Amino acid sequence: MGFFEKLKAGLAKTRAGFVDKVNTLVTGRTKIDEEFYEELEEILIQSDVGVETTLKLVEQVKASAKERKATSGEEVKDILKEEIENILSAKDSSLNFQEDGLTVIMVVGVNGAGKTTTIGKLAANFKSEGKKVLLAAADTFRAAAIEQLEIWAERSGVELVKHQEGSDPAAVAFDGLKAAQSRQADVLIIDTAGRLQNKKNLMNELNKIFRVLNREASGTPHEVLLVIDATTGQNALSQALVFKEAANVTGIVLTKLDGTAKGGVIIPVADQLQIPVKFVGVGEGIDDLKPFDAKDFVSALFSEEG
Amino acid sequence: MSAFSSLAEKLQNTFKKLKGKGKLTEKDVQEAMREVRLALLEADVNYKVVKDFTATVKERALGQEVMESLTPAQQVIKIVNEELTALMGGTQSKITLASKPPTIIMLVGLQGAGKTTTAGKLAGYFKRQGRRPLLVACDVYRPAAIKQLEVVGGKLEIPVFSLGERVSPVEIARQAVAHAQNHGNDLVVLDTAGRLHINEELMQELENIKTAVKPHEILLVVDAMTGQDAVSVAESFHQTLGLDGIIMTKLDGDTRGGAALSVKAVTGRPIKFAGMGEKLDALEPFHPDRMASRILGMGDVLTLIEKAQASFDQAKAKEMERKLRQQEFTLEDFLDQLNQMKSMGPLEDILGMLPGLGQAKQLKNLQVDEKELQHVEAIIQSMTPAERRNPEIINGSRKRRIAQGSGTRVQDVNRLLKQFAEARKMMKQLGEMAGAAKKGKKGFKFPLFR
Repeated sequence: MGFFEKLKAGLAKTRAGFVDKVNTLVTGRTKIDEEFYEELEEILIQSDVGVETTLKLVEQVKASAKERKATSGEEVKDILKEEIENILSAKDSSLNFQEDGLTVIMVVGVNGAGKTTTIGKLAANFKSEGKKVLLAAADTFRAAAIEQLEIWAERSGVELVKHQEGSDPAAVAFDGLKAAQSRQADVLIIDTAGRLQNKKNLMNELNKIFRVLNREASGTPHEVLLVIDATTGQNALSQALVFKEAANVTGIVLTKLDGTAKGGVIIPVADQLQIPVKFVGVGEGIDDLKPFDAKDFVSALFSEEG
Repeated sequence: MSAFSSLAEKLQNTFKKLKGKGKLTEKDVQEAMREVRLALLEADVNYKVVKDFTATVKERALGQEVMESLTPAQQVIKIVNEELTALMGGTQSKITLASKPPTIIMLVGLQGAGKTTTAGKLAGYFKRQGRRPLLVACDVYRPAAIKQLEVVGGKLEIPVFSLGERVSPVEIARQAVAHAQNHGNDLVVLDTAGRLHINEELMQELENIKTAVKPHEILLVVDAMTGQDAVSVAESFHQTLGLDGIIMTKLDGDTRGGAALSVKAVTGRPIKFAGMGEKLDALEPFHPDRMASRILGMGDVLTLIEKAQASFDQAKAKEMERKLRQQEFTLEDFLDQLNQMKSMGPLEDILGMLPGLGQAKQLKNLQVDEKELQHVEAIIQSMTPAERRNPEIINGSRKRRIAQGSGTRVQDVNRLLKQFAEARKMMKQLGEMAGAAKKGKKGFKFPLFR
């Protein structure tokens, strides 16, 4: 199964909710009235797009529809697709990869978002591209987080730098960086502990990891990926905002897109905070993490066939 | 991201133009319901739940007369909060303990909801109550999940039962219960693997565990940050397993937690506990009322409303209203009003309870200062009854006497008289407006102080 199919399959449920509703709404609709737009609003909100961005989107669609003299539901749907795609592709979603030398990636997020699993998948991806990968287990807080990462490292055959549970995560990151440099690794991926963004001291700790890396090797970390669970609601906005402040988030990894979760919250995140989505997780397998492509995403979201 | 202003503030704005109306019209309520709807949606309450909810609130709001001393906005907030609290259910943090031990508790949920941590917290909670819990590692899929439970159990000094990753979870559960019976554990907490609710194979496995050990409580662990999808998750777990309750996790975050309302609404099952932090004792009984205020983003405005209700004498208010209409409002009445306000508690407290910035702006002009109020009181008390009823007679020498008597300066007396004259003028205008609008049938609400 190619990625596009997989994404489509992963989004099948999302579509079942989202697209079916849109389709029911648009097919055979010849009159585009207030009621039509209200239903459109409803559908977007049910996909976690959020009130503010929904209202904005609907306004834009309304204006474009008027401008282009769109009369059918089908035309309006295309306009909506376009608007969402515009939001999602406003920022470059390719990975800032250093062709020569070490690329340092730091993975952050709230508890249970899927950071460690994402790292396992990322490591496997890089490894399969023939890159030398090193992992640093800087989640020294959660019970057995180090073991969990160790298992992923074994599975994908990459090396791991670790300390004891409870040790200073910035020190682990530091050691990881030094090891990656001396072993001439291509990629260093740093796992961090899950933290809720309103915990000031934990965010300070994260900021410290960031600063240590930045001080030891300028330009690092090259990527700070915020992992967001696709089932998350509007709190994702606050997550993105605060993590961006503490660790200069450069991209988002949207995980668990294989449920009925709509993941629609990435639309307001991209719109309001200008952070691009860089990867999506569409399954539980080790190779189910894929680069994000706005066009594919929107197409898959709106595609007709199952 | 724009800062979400609180619902209370928005409602206040919606109702600003309605000041003085005795009854809300359908259109006013409609407008207010829009704000309520938006607030709930911003808090991630499911769309359908919001729809049903606002319909209920609307009905009540339309049927009710607005109370004398409250603004319509507050009245609506009160209804919203009451309905929300009711919908959220009473405080029911009890776990049904089996008459014949061991009591078997099974935790289920999506990946990353926090089942393993919650399992530990729950076992710890019962251990503190003198029970002898056994933790059971039925998550054989996630790497190091068993190890995680073992570490958690070790910290809490609670035994952990596991058979490794190669034995089926059903078998693990069955053997664990037998183990508990043989080892005097009166409570068994089963930690199951996180799964997608649409994964039929894994849902079947949960059903098999249920059939094998017949848990007394099946609790769904839900991440408080979940969005609109919370409804379908709760629905399918409930359909497959028949849930007994819900545990909300990560409520120590800054999420408004509308998912709590959604899952309660679709399952009808009580939320029994709230996870409030990463420490292993951070599991608290769930408080529906607090959750209601949190979802609405309202601060403590309800406490304020209750205080106001408790301390305002309805009869006195009516009498005051009559006086105002007939322009008999005197400094004595003014003093009365001050005393009523004081009986609500320290001013700072009251101000602290008021939501939003819109309010704060008005209050800045008010310059309410406890000390100043004392001065006002002293000044009025230093006047003769004739002076209080008819402040126009207060001339220069009377002012000097009053200032001396109250330990203030003539300027202070002047300022009070000026403020009072303004207040009276304003009230007169309001009275005329209300009178013109309603032919004196319904009174207007006079401001607390001004």
